[in-house]
Amino acid sequence: MTDIDRDTLLDIYTRTMKVNRTDEKFRALLMEGKVAVMYYTVRGQELASAASMAALEKEDYVVCTYRGQGEQTAKGIPAKSWWGECLGKVTGTCKGKGGTMHITDPDVGIMVTTGVVGSGLPIANGLAMASQNNGDGRVTMVSFGDGAANIGGFHEAMNMAQLYKLPVVFFCQNNRYGEHTAFADHTASENIASRAEGYGMPSLHVDGNDVHAVYNAAKTAVDHARAGKGPMLVEAMCYRMMGHFFGADFSYMPPEHIEEMKAEDPIPKLRKVMLDHQFSEDELDKIVAGIDAEIDEAVEHALAADLPDVKELKIDVFEEEMA
Amino acid sequence: MGEITVTQALNLAIDEAMAEDDGVFCLGEDVSAKQGGGVFKITDGLTEKYGENRIRATPISETAIIGAAIGAALAGQRPIAEIMLMNFVGVCMDQIVNHAAKLRFMSGGQTNVPMVIRTTTGVGVGFGGQHSDMLEAWFAHVAGIHVVTPSNAADARGLMRSAIDCNDPVLFIENILCYGLTGEDPGKGYRVPLGKAAITREGSDVSIITYGRTVHDALEIAGDMEKEGISVEVVDLRTIAPYDEETVLASVRKTGRAIMLHEAVKPYGTGAEMAATIHEKLWGELKKPVLRLGGTFSPVPFVDKLEQAWIPTKDQIAAAVKQQMDKD
Repeated sequence: MTDIDRDTLLDIYTRTMKVNRTDEKFRALLMEGKVAVMYYTVRGQELASAASMAALEKEDYVVCTYRGQGEQTAKGIPAKSWWGECLGKVTGTCKGKGGTMHITDPDVGIMVTTGVVGSGLPIANGLAMASQNNGDGRVTMVSFGDGAANIGGFHEAMNMAQLYKLPVVFFCQNNRYGEHTAFADHTASENIASRAEGYGMPSLHVDGNDVHAVYNAAKTAVDHARAGKGPMLVEAMCYRMMGHFFGADFSYMPPEHIEEMKAEDPIPKLRKVMLDHQFSEDELDKIVAGIDAEIDEAVEHALAADLPDVKELKIDVFEEEMA
Repeated sequence: MGEITVTQALNLAIDEAMAEDDGVFCLGEDVSAKQGGGVFKITDGLTEKYGENRIRATPISETAIIGAAIGAALAGQRPIAEIMLMNFVGVCMDQIVNHAAKLRFMSGGQTNVPMVIRTTTGVGVGFGGQHSDMLEAWFAHVAGIHVVTPSNAADARGLMRSAIDCNDPVLFIENILCYGLTGEDPGKGYRVPLGKAAITREGSDVSIITYGRTVHDALEIAGDMEKEGISVEVVDLRTIAPYDEETVLASVRKTGRAIMLHEAVKPYGTGAEMAATIHEKLWGELKKPVLRLGGTFSPVPFVDKLEQAWIPTKDQIAAAVKQQMDKD
């Protein structure tokens, strides 16, 4: 397996820890009752998001899901506007009108966050189609879970993307659950990646907790798409370490399996890789401390910010403000 | 300028928009030259001019078609997506309703979806229950999407240009039975603004407010009624949602009597919404309650005899006008 250069490794580590610390902070705030909003934890999937985003250029497009904090943070949405949106404030990316399930920030390429499972794939094709039409060289990556692979739009989008050789990467984070239903109880095939063959599309099936595996797979797919060779499907095997959303019952997740999967936790695994690559404990701790300080400041900023004015109900429905 | 059909009007409008803006492109089932330029020939001859990337023939995948149009629109292009028949919107409702219509709002105005969804339908063709419905009320009920339907060639040309110009999604409903209608060609660059109704025939006794194919029924009945001394005004909405409330209210304020007429089924139809608004805003000025005429509340039937009985007949329209005038 190709080793990742130190700069890229450090970049992935920083992005991963931003995702991880944001998730920890969000759950802490919810636990303390300081905020009360829907939040879909990404605990256990931080690396898959961060390493896949690191394989993209800044101007590349991303479509993600309601469990999209990883993509949003790792693609570079500033913490202040991300937290502002999650708390429904005017300082949010969408002025508080989108919320946790609809974060959008075209400045960093986060074009759509959908709250409907599987709906992002057909839209990602369109972003890629625009790039194919106008030759802007962008690649579009759409992230989704294993649950999304069973809705019709997945299949329609896969076929269309390969038919037109669109510059799109289908990045599936198989977190072993579609909402509350375990993978084996909702999917007849052994995995998602093998479905690509049915569309004549190349695919990769990788360990989503292994930084080299995820990054190299994502990079391969992005390079393939950018070279005009068409789409690829990447399936990163992850594990959603908690329930579907914060506060949801997850008694359907066998405790012994959760315990077993802790050995696969991408955060300590990545830390070990970093140490193996001669990054020091101190250096890594400083990075995390810096991230925490940035998040704390962003949260304070969001908590203090104003709520949107009611007049916003008539704005952005159409281009022209409603009467 | 000469006469053109509705089909030619649509083709000309798309052609000139594509010539002016590289970002305009068409996608849909059977739309390219290889398949004959669309089942109703709206994109005929355009592949030869603009190539297969801009007249993209798609698989039979409505969700993927609309999704692709949304994505391309988000990236700044102006896709014209064809859903071959209006009933097939049932396949891609999520993309239209949850995404196309809402992304501008949910993104706080950071993104917008300048796309046109062309589709066609119509009762009276013998297509039966899954190829004939007018489903405009489904979309009129959703904030964030314009719903448009032309009744004639000039409006077809002008509304299509405005729909392509529009920075929000537009559902453009065509009627199979209107494609062959001829009318004066309004010429290149002609536009009919969205949200503006037309007074197609002026009258003083009763306003018939309608759109699409039934405009022609209303005009015919208006002619018949004139012989009986009743002056009927015909309002062609052209844009169904958001509709031109000002023109509708002005017409009914003048006549004091209104009939809502549409091909879609009567219950929960657009006529109900507009009738309610007329009652709310013009209560003291009305000479009669607003009447509604719409399709029968059953699936559209196949056989001609049933199909003709299903739609509001000209006799029913005439009877409604007379009822408003207290004449037998």
